[in-house]
Amino acid sequence: MTTGAKFAWGFVVLIAILHFDFWLWDSTSVVFGFLPTGLAYQAGISLAASVAWVLVIRFDWPDGVEEWAAQDEVAASEEGA
Amino acid sequence: MLALLTGPAVAEAATRTPLIVVGGYLLLLIGLGVVSGRLFRGTSSDYFVAGRSIGPFLLLMSVFGTTMTAFALVGSTGKAWELGSGVYGLMASSSGILHSLVFFTIGIKLWAIGKRHGFHTQIEFFRARFDSNAIGYLLFPILVLLVVPYLLIGILGAGAVMRGISVGMFPEAFAGTTHPVSGAAMFVGAIPPWLTGLVVCGVVLFYIFTGGLRSAAWANAFQTIVFMGTGLIAFFLISGKLGGLSEATRAVIENSPEHMARPRIGKLQFLSYMFVPLSVGMFPHLFQHWLTAKKAENFKLTAIAHPLFIAIVWVPCILIGIWAAGADITPPGNNPNALLPKVVDTLLHDPYLTGLLTAGILAAIMSSLDSQFVCLGTMFTHDIVFQLMGKKRFSDKQQVLLGRGFIVAVVALTYLLSLFPPPKIFDLAVWCFSGFASLFPIVFAAVYWRRVTKAGAIASILAMVVTWSWLFYRGLILPTLDKVELEGDYLVLGMMPVTIIFAVSAVVLVAVSLVTSPPPAAHVDRFMVTRTPR
Repeated sequence: MTTGAKFAWGFVVLIAILHFDFWLWDSTSVVFGFLPTGLAYQAGISLAASVAWVLVIRFDWPDGVEEWAAQDEVAASEEGA
Repeated sequence: MLALLTGPAVAEAATRTPLIVVGGYLLLLIGLGVVSGRLFRGTSSDYFVAGRSIGPFLLLMSVFGTTMTAFALVGSTGKAWELGSGVYGLMASSSGILHSLVFFTIGIKLWAIGKRHGFHTQIEFFRARFDSNAIGYLLFPILVLLVVPYLLIGILGAGAVMRGISVGMFPEAFAGTTHPVSGAAMFVGAIPPWLTGLVVCGVVLFYIFTGGLRSAAWANAFQTIVFMGTGLIAFFLISGKLGGLSEATRAVIENSPEHMARPRIGKLQFLSYMFVPLSVGMFPHLFQHWLTAKKAENFKLTAIAHPLFIAIVWVPCILIGIWAAGADITPPGNNPNALLPKVVDTLLHDPYLTGLLTAGILAAIMSSLDSQFVCLGTMFTHDIVFQLMGKKRFSDKQQVLLGRGFIVAVVALTYLLSLFPPPKIFDLAVWCFSGFASLFPIVFAAVYWRRVTKAGAIASILAMVVTWSWLFYRGLILPTLDKVELEGDYLVLGMMPVTIIFAVSAVVLVAVSLVTSPPPAAHVDRFMVTRTPR
């Protein structure tokens, strides 16, 4: 696994851990004047998740999967027959 | 789910404008079905897996539309009204992380294996991977039984929504019902659920009959745009009526501050909810959508955009839910699922918007129904008929004909079942998801663990069924028989029941696999997707 891939997957794990925001459990404060802090934080987790998949795809895309899938198998040859 | 949307009876005929908007939407869907049906190439591959030709945008939209049910609009709003803003962290952001994880780690591999081996159904994969017909016959009824309640909830939900918005529209045609306790007239002049179910099933059947999964993918894309747009429109109009974003939230802080925080959500419940989104790894209808991708690369957009789409749909709905609590808006019968229509009715009084919102809810329902109908039809065709009689005895045209026949039969049977729904049907949703999620260890092992065995997989499935049945009996059946008030998520030791079922399933899978003979390496090689080293 490359350093970039380790970083990308580490980021995914970090987001999964940060998702458990116990420190915001009782918070009633708001950000941007209307968004509950806990909700804003979790929406940020969703944005971060999106970024994490950009990183995983950039650094750990399964190269060669198309070629593997294209290899002939008996069942595949019946496709569209 | 969506019963008691409105008051009991009305004295004069109500405006039919919402119905006209919904009718227009359904006509658009039929038109889309005609267009997508013209693209149908007549082959079985095209009918069952869209000729494995779907591009990145259509894959994203169809997968998202299939994954999100009406719960994304209606349930999320009601749940936030019940539990507060923490519902997003509980149900949505966890899904944003885990759905994409499953798409990337499982979906791409299953796409590759499915393409290489020419699979059309999930069961074909498991049969081949474990070299066992028995596992196919074991999984088939389990998957069907887990999907059917999901279908019924959709049809019944659509019926309840339409009944709610159409009270008083046809006083001479529909007498309505009577209240079981007071005997008062209810839903006078409203469209009865049997009629809505018939229309919804008819429209969905129309477009999937003509074009199969390709039509379902097109319709899902359109419907996803509709329900995302509807949610956003409702959000901005409602916030405006509440005096703006800041004013609406200020009312929550003043009148119901607990909705800003999470006093009604347990920490263990929050943690253990992370297992639920793993269900997407075992949804048979999602498996079939994965197979439609033209290239593995088409999964990239789905993995990246899915968490964002969840945020776009869920954040506004969660805010509407807590704003309703702050504005002291209570749904009829305290039914959380009736909250969103109630908020629209209370604050907006606009028949066009009511129609649009109803169309959005129907879009969310139908974008799941269509894929599930096609999937069940495909499963009956491939996993039962072809398995028992041999696929080669059917020509390609006969295979399509058979698939269409089974889809008609599945739609008809589901519709008939919806006329006689089992009690507590809407409580079954969390149990269906728990069942699918608890089968996840098997699909994960099947694509990553060479040592997993047929005996391990079968034992794991049986362990899942036994544990699920025990918790289901304890959580739903027993309290119902004892007439005890049911608790929302049927927590066990503060955790979601899926945690226990998942753990049992995973432990049995590993333990039994390790004590039984490993499968031949040459056989396993056929299912281990290899990648080019970087």
